[in-house]
Amino acid sequence: MSSRYAMVIDTAKCVGCMDCVVACKTENNVPEGYNRDWIVQDVRGTWPTLHMEIRSERCNQCDEPPCVETCPTGASHVHDRGGVVLVTKELCVGCKACIAACPYDARFIHPDGYADKCTFCIHRVEQGLDPACVAVCPTRCMTFGDINDPNSQVAKLLTSRKWHTLKAEAGTKPSVYYLT
Amino acid sequence: MIDPVLHAWGWEIPVYLFLGGMVAGFMIISGYFTLKGHHKHSDFSSFYLPHISLFFLSAGMFALFLDLEYKVHVWRFYTTFKFTSPMSWGAWILLVVYPMLLLNTLVSIPKSFRNRISIFDRISDVINRYPALVKNIGAANMVVGAVLGMYTGVLLSALAARPLWNSAMLWILFLTSGLSSAAALVHLISPDKTEREVSAKADNGFLIFELLVIVLFLVGLVTSTRAHKQAADLLLTGPYAPVFWGFVILAGIVLPLIIQLLAVNHKIRHTPVAPLFVIAGGLLLRFVIVAAGQASVIP
Amino acid sequence: MTTLSRRKFLKISGATVAASAVATSGCSLGNSGAGTKESGIRTVATYCDLCFWKCGAIATVKDGRLWKIEGNPLDPLSRGRLCPRGTGGVGAHFDPDRLRTPLLRRKNRGDEEWVAVTWDEALGTIAEKMQKIKAEYGPEAIALFSHGIGGNFLKHTLKAFGTPNITAPSFAQCRGPRDVGFRLTFGEDVSSPERTDIRNAKCLVLIGSHLGENMHNTQVQEFAEAVGNGASVIVVDPRFSVAASKAKHYLPIKPGTDLALILAWMNVLVQEGLYDKDYVDQYGFGFDHFAASISTATPEWAYIETGIDPDVIRETAREMARYRPATLVHPGRHVTWYGDDAQRSRAIALLNALIGSWGRKGGFYTPQSMDVPAYPYPPYPKPLKEKVDNPGHRYPFAHETITTGIREATITGMPYPIKGWFTYATNLLHALPNDQETIRAMQNLDLMVVVDVIPSETAGWADVVLPESVYLERHDDLNVEWFREPFVAIRQPVVASPHDQKPGWWIALQLANKLGLEAYFPWKNAEEYLEKRVTAAGLSWDELKEKGIIRGQHQPIYYSEGVPAEFPTPSGKIEFSSPQLAQAGFDPVPRYTRPTQGPEGSFRLLFGRAPVHSFSRTQSNPILADMMDTNEVWVNANAAARLDIADGQYVRLRNQDGVVSNRVRVKATERIRPDCVYLVHGFGHTARGLRRPFGKGASDAQLVTRSAVDPLMGGTGMNVNFVTIEPAEDNHA
Repeated sequence: MSSRYAMVIDTAKCVGCMDCVVACKTENNVPEGYNRDWIVQDVRGTWPTLHMEIRSERCNQCDEPPCVETCPTGASHVHDRGGVVLVTKELCVGCKACIAACPYDARFIHPDGYADKCTFCIHRVEQGLDPACVAVCPTRCMTFGDINDPNSQVAKLLTSRKWHTLKAEAGTKPSVYYLT
Repeated sequence: MIDPVLHAWGWEIPVYLFLGGMVAGFMIISGYFTLKGHHKHSDFSSFYLPHISLFFLSAGMFALFLDLEYKVHVWRFYTTFKFTSPMSWGAWILLVVYPMLLLNTLVSIPKSFRNRISIFDRISDVINRYPALVKNIGAANMVVGAVLGMYTGVLLSALAARPLWNSAMLWILFLTSGLSSAAALVHLISPDKTEREVSAKADNGFLIFELLVIVLFLVGLVTSTRAHKQAADLLLTGPYAPVFWGFVILAGIVLPLIIQLLAVNHKIRHTPVAPLFVIAGGLLLRFVIVAAGQASVIP
Repeated sequence: MTTLSRRKFLKISGATVAASAVATSGCSLGNSGAGTKESGIRTVATYCDLCFWKCGAIATVKDGRLWKIEGNPLDPLSRGRLCPRGTGGVGAHFDPDRLRTPLLRRKNRGDEEWVAVTWDEALGTIAEKMQKIKAEYGPEAIALFSHGIGGNFLKHTLKAFGTPNITAPSFAQCRGPRDVGFRLTFGEDVSSPERTDIRNAKCLVLIGSHLGENMHNTQVQEFAEAVGNGASVIVVDPRFSVAASKAKHYLPIKPGTDLALILAWMNVLVQEGLYDKDYVDQYGFGFDHFAASISTATPEWAYIETGIDPDVIRETAREMARYRPATLVHPGRHVTWYGDDAQRSRAIALLNALIGSWGRKGGFYTPQSMDVPAYPYPPYPKPLKEKVDNPGHRYPFAHETITTGIREATITGMPYPIKGWFTYATNLLHALPNDQETIRAMQNLDLMVVVDVIPSETAGWADVVLPESVYLERHDDLNVEWFREPFVAIRQPVVASPHDQKPGWWIALQLANKLGLEAYFPWKNAEEYLEKRVTAAGLSWDELKEKGIIRGQHQPIYYSEGVPAEFPTPSGKIEFSSPQLAQAGFDPVPRYTRPTQGPEGSFRLLFGRAPVHSFSRTQSNPILADMMDTNEVWVNANAAARLDIADGQYVRLRNQDGVVSNRVRVKATERIRPDCVYLVHGFGHTARGLRRPFGKGASDAQLVTRSAVDPLMGGTGMNVNFVTIEPAEDNHA
């Protein structure tokens, strides 16, 4: 079976310190004022009976990516390894249809004029490294790997722990999973 | 006025959708008049209207161009056709719309424009030699216009991420609104009294139909999932409610409808206020739908 | 910050585009120092300076331009992963607000009007004034406030000059009470990095400690590990902190009453016989007196004080007993809260003693260190006068120098005058309570020197400002910490300084030369100094330069592994009742006093940390500012509604002394008690040179006009200020 890269994030461990955001920023030279990943603190309840889930969020690298469907030029495409959604900036006209199509608001227009977002650090992954956010995380709450490989850490985590994906009802089949 | 939200699209896309919708209306109206042989006694519908369309469409295209963040890549639209991408459809539909409009202008060239560019005169003469061809040009304009009008709605409703736009009614709404704005403009500026009267009557019909479509559009959302209901609430009670109720519904449809109903029944004289309000209402409809749509999220 | 929705985040991002242009122009300067065109990728091992944890790091330079910094996998502190500040450390190099050249004051102190001068001129001026002060008042009239390892060289120069008055806010404004409390109990400090075995804890108790927001790297890593292993976490905090969200038990305590809770916990452990009797019998001293003293501190009594349900107090006490000795009651770090801090810390030490966690796995390990000899300098001149900060030992248990004591002496001239201040990498106006007192003291000086990388508020009051190279551009002293395992780490330059900044060692050396103290600097540059120390330790200088870290042999760290249980207290045991304290006229067993309350309708002002900033020193770092460029005032949602204040609205805080803060947005949240408000420390900058963070957010330091002084050790409890909230007149962004 072909590979399918996925990220599994343990919300029980995540402290929302934004190290993933900073690491992405330096690794990928993400311009000031923009971020490819971000932290959400999902607070429920009333004081003092509260529950808070902290999530490091990013492009969900969907199996059915609406951004790719909606792109008029083929700039947004699915990479031939791991199903990662990428943008070829040379093809992008900056029409922002992909931004409107993404239920996760994961994309933004780079100041140079093209749509930009998380790449799962494919440049690192293809060198055998973890994405920068995964590699830096002090809580080690993130795991990256090939979900189609039953021996991979990500596959094992998903069989042994409870998890959810974001906006599952959007039908995009995310590849970023949140352990609870 | 409202909380800061992600606005991928600013003023350019609503303007483009509005102008595109109005041009769609023009094509249907002028196509209809051409089909019905009206071009023989009126240059307006068959010549001036397509001309105005060319201008409006180009203005809309320019707005779209302004919205592109990577303008020098604009030609990339035409290096591929993406079946799943409404943006791609739109780019290619325009390539059909322009020739159609051009052909329609050639059906009936007014006297003052004759003998200027001989090739146009010669084509016009050829077309007019075949009445069936004229009818077909009229019909084709109506069809292409309808596709264009529908397309402006489909562009948004294909984006599943925005619950407000997730409605099969959206393309009917934008098509109807385009027709009503187009009819209002004809009503406003046509020198032909018959055309004005027909437009006013037709516009009343379009406005009544549009109200119905809006009701169905909202009922559809409200009775759907929580996300859709919340999306509808943005218009019904939320931050966009004042604009939606006050300007789009009341000032943009109900008020001009009342005025025009009274006018066509000769209770009062026609006033340019009504069609102007219709046109402004059509523009605001696009603004409010685009803005509220972007503010609507799957929770 | 983190609660911003993605959408708001992007929108706000749009607004910062203009600022980014400024930053980019600053960035380009980053290369200019290199001189030659460099291509390709190279890495340099060093250690971080974004806080005092000093994690081992590897910096990567791409085509001559600093690209990124990652954790050094060899480093036992970071285990290859830096915290967000460390990762954003590249921003310190690119910060466009950095000090660039030496500056001399042109007008009045505090006017922030400068003339750029040469290093020779700046150091000459300083040396001349120092000699004058020395002639008139003696060398002791010079004081140094220094934070971090970078200050070591300057400390050396000033010790050679002859002053004993060297201090840091880390004692009296931070961890001092904890160290005193633990010393009085176990005879030893918790030290830094703390000897907490969080990783192996099965039950972890955090009292006001907001791990995860405070990013002490090893601790956060181990905290996550413990949580991942299913440790039972008990969090006591008036605010629903990030740590609280991981807790099995969250105790939303009334601020200032922690000691009552701790006494009640101990009461339950003793009354129910749940404590570690063998441990206490073997190692304890004065237990019977202790047990009798706390016998009235019942959970019912504590409920009145703390607002915590007696059943919850019992249940959590039993939870601690269930997992002992692998139950760790965290000692905290910034513990200068209410003036009873040393006694509260002692109560925490005693609670740990009852559980038997000191010296045990999952409790407090016994730290190890590498044996690296100090540089063989000639002996310092013996100061003729005793330190100025603690006359008559009025704070008998202060074992470090008290910053505020030096400040007081500077104002009063008693016991003797202080006429010159050096500050190194510490922003006293944001660190000490009552900034007006600090200004009064500075106005009394003949010489005020600031050595720093950014133009802080304190720098604004200096006569001479010396711009230091940031840590990525300089050597510093070796990092030889007491930790789980022995190691030594090196800091070495990665890139050149972009302007006329100089390393601390160079500044110290040049100043010493101007003062005629050449004899104290037998080395010509930091490398020579470092190599000598490393070689003297029998280690390879080349290996250290290449790897950044050399690790020593793993040694036993628990009693169970053979570490001897030794307690350097007077009794040689764990002092449940302390004769030392009794002798000095204090309670031998901690006793609770109710904290003073604020005026009706006011909120207690609490402050703490955000994960992306260190003190008031990182707000101009373009990367970290991009993560969080202002603070918010946390107000309980109901309390805000009662005051008709909306989430996101700008307000000002007015304290009990009429001091009004800069405007700050309200975070109306369920995550805090209705009787207090919370600010992240370090914002609300007023220094003009800090162009980026200027005027953003509110400064807690400005509102801390009062402090409750700890009678044991002179620490300044700062959570004793109260504020009211008023809508800001200019409410629109």
